[in-house]
Amino acid sequence: MELNTRLKNVAVVGAAGKMGRGICLLMTDLIANLQLNSPNKLGYKITMVDVSDDALSGLLEYLRSQLRKYAEKNINNLRKAYASRKDLVENGEMIDEFINGAMLLPRPTTLLEAAKDATIVFEAAIENIDIKNQIYATLDKVCSKDTFYYTNTSSMPIAELEKVGGLKGRIMGVHFYNPPPVQKLVEMIISKNTRPEVKEAAYEIGKMLKKTLIPSNDVAGFIGNGHFMRDGLHAIGEVEALQKIGMKMYEGIYALNRVSQDFMIRPMGIFQLIDYVGLDVYQLILQVMKKHLNDKELHSQLIDEMIKQDVKGGQFADGSQKDGFLKYEKNRPVGVYCTKEKKYILFTENNWTKAIDEKLGEVPTGYQPWKALLSDKGKDKKLEAYFTSMKSMNTTGATLAWKYLLRSKEIAHFLKNSGVTDDVENVNGVLMNGFYHLYGPVNKYY
Amino acid sequence: MTRKFPKDVFITAGFNTISLGSGRKEFNPKKPRPGIAQYVAEAGKGAVKQINSPANIDECVVANFMAGRFVHQGHLGAFAALIDDSLEYKPSTRVEGACCSGGLGLVASMKNVLSGLSDVSMTVGIEVQNSVKAIYGADILAGAGYYDGTRKDGHAFYFPSLFADKAKAFYQKYGEEKARKAMATWYANAIQNARLCPEAQENHNTDPDPFSTGMTPPNPKAFLDGINVFDCSKVSDGGSAIILATREGLKKIGKSEKDSVQIAGYGHCVADITKVASDLTCLETTRRAVEQAYAMAGVTPADIGIFECHDCFTITGLLSLEAAGFCTAGKSTEFVIDGKSRRDGILPTNSSGGLIGFGHYTGGTGVRQAVDILRHLTGTAGTYQVAVDPKRPYGLMISMGGNDRTVVAFVFKKVA
Repeated sequence: MELNTRLKNVAVVGAAGKMGRGICLLMTDLIANLQLNSPNKLGYKITMVDVSDDALSGLLEYLRSQLRKYAEKNINNLRKAYASRKDLVENGEMIDEFINGAMLLPRPTTLLEAAKDATIVFEAAIENIDIKNQIYATLDKVCSKDTFYYTNTSSMPIAELEKVGGLKGRIMGVHFYNPPPVQKLVEMIISKNTRPEVKEAAYEIGKMLKKTLIPSNDVAGFIGNGHFMRDGLHAIGEVEALQKIGMKMYEGIYALNRVSQDFMIRPMGIFQLIDYVGLDVYQLILQVMKKHLNDKELHSQLIDEMIKQDVKGGQFADGSQKDGFLKYEKNRPVGVYCTKEKKYILFTENNWTKAIDEKLGEVPTGYQPWKALLSDKGKDKKLEAYFTSMKSMNTTGATLAWKYLLRSKEIAHFLKNSGVTDDVENVNGVLMNGFYHLYGPVNKYY
Repeated sequence: MTRKFPKDVFITAGFNTISLGSGRKEFNPKKPRPGIAQYVAEAGKGAVKQINSPANIDECVVANFMAGRFVHQGHLGAFAALIDDSLEYKPSTRVEGACCSGGLGLVASMKNVLSGLSDVSMTVGIEVQNSVKAIYGADILAGAGYYDGTRKDGHAFYFPSLFADKAKAFYQKYGEEKARKAMATWYANAIQNARLCPEAQENHNTDPDPFSTGMTPPNPKAFLDGINVFDCSKVSDGGSAIILATREGLKKIGKSEKDSVQIAGYGHCVADITKVASDLTCLETTRRAVEQAYAMAGVTPADIGIFECHDCFTITGLLSLEAAGFCTAGKSTEFVIDGKSRRDGILPTNSSGGLIGFGHYTGGTGVRQAVDILRHLTGTAGTYQVAVDPKRPYGLMISMGGNDRTVVAFVFKKVA
């Protein structure tokens, strides 16, 4: 079956979740464009399955507003595509027409069986093997034996998922990053059984979506979480070590968050990133990886304790940040959670952060914030000088950062040596494209 | 035959509101903003505050381009009474001629007082454009072209594309490198002038190197080939008001000729809106209107001490210098690069920033230009005052509508 024919019937399962809605938008943009340029405009649909009716309504609203932005940006293409439509003259008329056409594509439903006609299924359900198995068992029953399945799992081996029914060879990992419409990176994971045509179609779609596609081997956690989980555990370990020399836990969290953001020039601190992902998701992925990799180090007591105290992070429906390790106001950290007192200690209380900042010491010479360096064409030289200066310093902050950088590099090599990737460059690629690091963990700076 | 005014007419008591839009710190597209009613009132009150009593104004002209589409408001003449109660039950008329609406508003008031039926007529020019995003605003502004005949096949950004075509024709004829340099210089001058004028939209601009910004290579994917976004005037909300009066009228409102400047000559002509100019590098309608104005005033370009042109795009600025005879065809680039149009140059041009630096509330721009010339010639421009050569006490303004289709030019003269 031609890919364009296959794209006439797409389903997204877990459509209204954080990842699902982004995939829905990408597919709606893509297919609405195909429809626009195809002589026969009928016959396209995207079945959007979710457990919550309310969330599906919200999804449609989200799609409508995002489609407008997409159409506004693509007005030149629309003007070309509608050149023969005498009734459409203005930008506004063409944009409305495009949105109205695109909004005929989504078929929201709470009934998984409604995906029966789908020839391509994107699955973005919760990271729970039983739920995923149930979904695939049902789909396998109602869908054609020619349907391709692309799972958005960020941790489960594809080999595990393909055990269900007759899926073998027709499923692979297409792991979008959050939020899918914005993030360029997609991790591509095939199992040893994945058929070439399933893989080819996925790469073709990825190309049509203008994504950066990086292959990962089929090992739980893949490259992205393979690095991120261990990177986070390193920071937690450092917080615990600092406790032994007299720093309070919340002070240590603040310190490591600053070290990872400022000293290491990353877009956000490690604890802010865990909050963004959600502590519950972080815990879930650790569990999946621990089980499959049989590595008891992949566990954090602190994370478990936080979740027990119902501190989970993640985002509200409007996209704003929920409190986690850090407390947020207007999406900016303003305090740190203290598990002992079961409350947030604000940065402003008694100037305690100033004392920690003093303990960490100055950032190395040549420091520039992540945002300033991001589009700086001369950043390579600047980073080199910066890390050289960091190496020569023995302040607490510089020492913690240096150790952290080496650990991150070690993780990258571990991912290669343990068969997660064939090339450390892929780790660099994932961290730079999916985590927006300015430099990969394996580099010439240190 | 040279035309003559049957009576002397003066402009006096001018006022400009802030040009609101992107660039101003107080601009927030998500928050409510002043509308047509507020701008008529603010601009009008600003002008009448400078005369003895608003009751002495005989009639009003409201100039506006497209309020009917931008904010769904027609019937703009009837907003005049918001300026002062005494204006209720007096005549008030709305005029429209695309971006030349303000220029036409001045002509209408001038004719009001020349008719003998009025001694004092106030023109208020206003526009509110930030009510829609630029991509939809482009549709509305396309109404300044021949909509039925050309909108469908036009670019998404209809007018910027027409002027990009002019720019490209100019590059081909006179060389791209020099032209781009002149356009970037034009932009830098506009920003530097705007920084001195508190009402200018780019007053808050802190770019350390506006020339380099102006040199940004055009990007056809994001916008257009030929010009970049810095070559374009701003999307603006705002209003301007000015009073036109005969000598008797000035006495009535308590203004002296020292507070005023005289209209020495004017030109007004239209070209066929359904047609395209045969030479894209020449503003023929502008040239003719300016020629009429010079002839009526009995002056040549060498007599002009200050210039306000309609730089809806940087290329229009260059072509206006040529159309007004300040340089020959193709030589505007040197004129600008050599600094002659700078505020300290031989011909201070658009000294409050022009449409690119001050902003361009379309229907009000022509009025705003007259206000600025009035201020400069009477020495009341404050922070953005330029030194006008006393030997050349004339100011020229060009108000242009559409793609050089309706043009009004005025030559003003300091008499006292």
